[in-house]
Amino acid sequence: MDKTQSGFSRINRRQVLAGISALGVAPLVTGFPNIVRAQGKKLRIGVYGGYFKDTFDAEVFPEFTATTGIAVESVAEPTGEAWLIQLQQAEKAGKSPVDISMMAQVGVIRGMNSGLWAPLDSKKMPNTSNVKQNLVRSNAAGEVMAVAATSWYITLVSNTEVFPEAPTSWKDMWDPKYKNTLGLLANVGNSYLLEIVAKVYFGGLNYLDTDEGIRACVAKVGELKPNVRLWYRDEAQFEQALKSGEIPMGQYYHDVTGLAILDGFPVRSTMPIEGGLLDYGSWAITKSAAPSLDLAHVYIDYMSQPAIQAKLARKLGSAPVVDRSLLDLTDEEFNAVSSDIEPITPHYEMQAMKTDFINQVWAEMQQG
Amino acid sequence: MNTSRPQNLTGYVPLILPAVVLVMFFVVPFGSMILISFYKNLGGGLYEEILNLDNYRRLISPFFVGLLIASFGLALAVAAISIVIAFPFSYLLVNSPRSTQVVWLIFMLSILSLSESIIGFAWSTILSRTAGVSNLLVFLGLLDRPASYAPGLGALIAGVVYTAIPYAVLVLYPILSRVDPHIEEAARTLGTSPLRTFFIVVLPMQRNTIVTTFLMILVFTLGTYLMPQILGRPQHWTLSVAISDQALMQSNIPFAAALAVFLVIVTLLIVGTVVLFGRKENAS
Repeated sequence: MDKTQSGFSRINRRQVLAGISALGVAPLVTGFPNIVRAQGKKLRIGVYGGYFKDTFDAEVFPEFTATTGIAVESVAEPTGEAWLIQLQQAEKAGKSPVDISMMAQVGVIRGMNSGLWAPLDSKKMPNTSNVKQNLVRSNAAGEVMAVAATSWYITLVSNTEVFPEAPTSWKDMWDPKYKNTLGLLANVGNSYLLEIVAKVYFGGLNYLDTDEGIRACVAKVGELKPNVRLWYRDEAQFEQALKSGEIPMGQYYHDVTGLAILDGFPVRSTMPIEGGLLDYGSWAITKSAAPSLDLAHVYIDYMSQPAIQAKLARKLGSAPVVDRSLLDLTDEEFNAVSSDIEPITPHYEMQAMKTDFINQVWAEMQQG
Repeated sequence: MNTSRPQNLTGYVPLILPAVVLVMFFVVPFGSMILISFYKNLGGGLYEEILNLDNYRRLISPFFVGLLIASFGLALAVAAISIVIAFPFSYLLVNSPRSTQVVWLIFMLSILSLSESIIGFAWSTILSRTAGVSNLLVFLGLLDRPASYAPGLGALIAGVVYTAIPYAVLVLYPILSRVDPHIEEAARTLGTSPLRTFFIVVLPMQRNTIVTTFLMILVFTLGTYLMPQILGRPQHWTLSVAISDQALMQSNIPFAAALAVFLVIVTLLIVGTVVLFGRKENAS
């Protein structure tokens, strides 16, 4: 945290210096002020660190700067709730480490409830009408709080050498023949197994609206325990075990598995017949970053263009947040990152509002 | 060593800096943790400054008491195994040539420089079916086909013992190297075998050292939270894992603080009891 803060105070000083020198020179040279203004236009954008940030830095931001004249400083943010906590603490101090952040949905809801986000103006972002409207989040007053940035699937993955025949359904995970072979995400808040169970066995997400429904779904997940070899918290641990065949099946991210296939590893990602689990990240702006709101509108508008979404699908392997009909992706390109099967979606309200309850029931099932 | 108290106030001046540092970096953070443990959680890392006992009420449940027992079970096993390996090892090391001692001590120190996650991943590979030690056993004809030993309790204990042993050796080595060699020589002169000397002379003489080292490893292991996640199954996840989950995954800082205070209190009680018993026995 301290590091980040000293980091951006340094940038502020640099901007101030640039501003001062510009004041001295601008009156002398006509036409120059435009460039000076472009220099001052800078957006600090928080994206997940690692492969995500690397891809944005290489494939998205340079073209955005070339098109709009807005410079980008990308900031690596952690996944999970650590980033939300940092933003909230910075907000108390009246400053923000970034101008715009990519946020997970539970973070968006929590921030919305605590009044963290600045309302967005859809009129200034005409392209956001392309974004699937259930992926644009508004508060009770109808103000837009966050707009989907990109989405990703969690699917059934398996090692092709250990299992020449691909599983087809989420239900296969309960098959006794897969005893002690599964790797599943350890937490209720990132595995979304309750949602998967609700859809596959109990008729839909509504089943999770009651505590009894949640307990029934947790119990159903509990039946998986004999088949689970590893409840993983670290993605790399499972990915490595999947590639080597040590843990030959499980749930994992469709995009990263795609990269592993490209690298020649004997793995596959199967979109289950009941649909893959589709999660998404959104762009949101804290109130203290409001001075940058106009630039942020330009940025969100830019990212919501179908052409950019298609590019993310090709380069990042993420699923587009705009309708397929707007995209120029070939069938092959589209199926590599997404699916026409209706996806299973996380029950974000349950995840955000019943955090303690679902985690307690989950832990007692898992560790009991 | 001069153990007399300073005669006047200026004699305490050198204590000011350590005292300030202790207050700033230990008393204040720990005090604020105790305070937060009584706050009400609002989710997302926010809490309301209303003092109440809800966090402690939730904590006194079969689930968390079970976690505590499992954590102590693991810590006791690791401490016992570490001592059984580290004490004879240190004893042999002290009695070996200087150059051998240096090599081993450098090796022990270099283990300390490795991060816990690297050690965890290394053990999970060593114990895996695809690349692990069982392949060697198959090659030697001791096993029919490769087997996997991780994740599991054995893997977890192996990993934690591996990280604990250097600490045990670094505590035992200086103490054992100061023991007067004439005591053992006397036992040997009186006709005691080397093995018997070790058991009836060296071990009893070092009982306090062993208890101290045991407690140190016990407390050290209670705090481990990475190894159980990498090498253990869910039933081996310790209270420390639950604390990190509450703080990092569920952002319930007050409850994480309450669990931490709970762990500290139980640990202090156990260490205190052992020390008290030790004093009584020494006195009698």
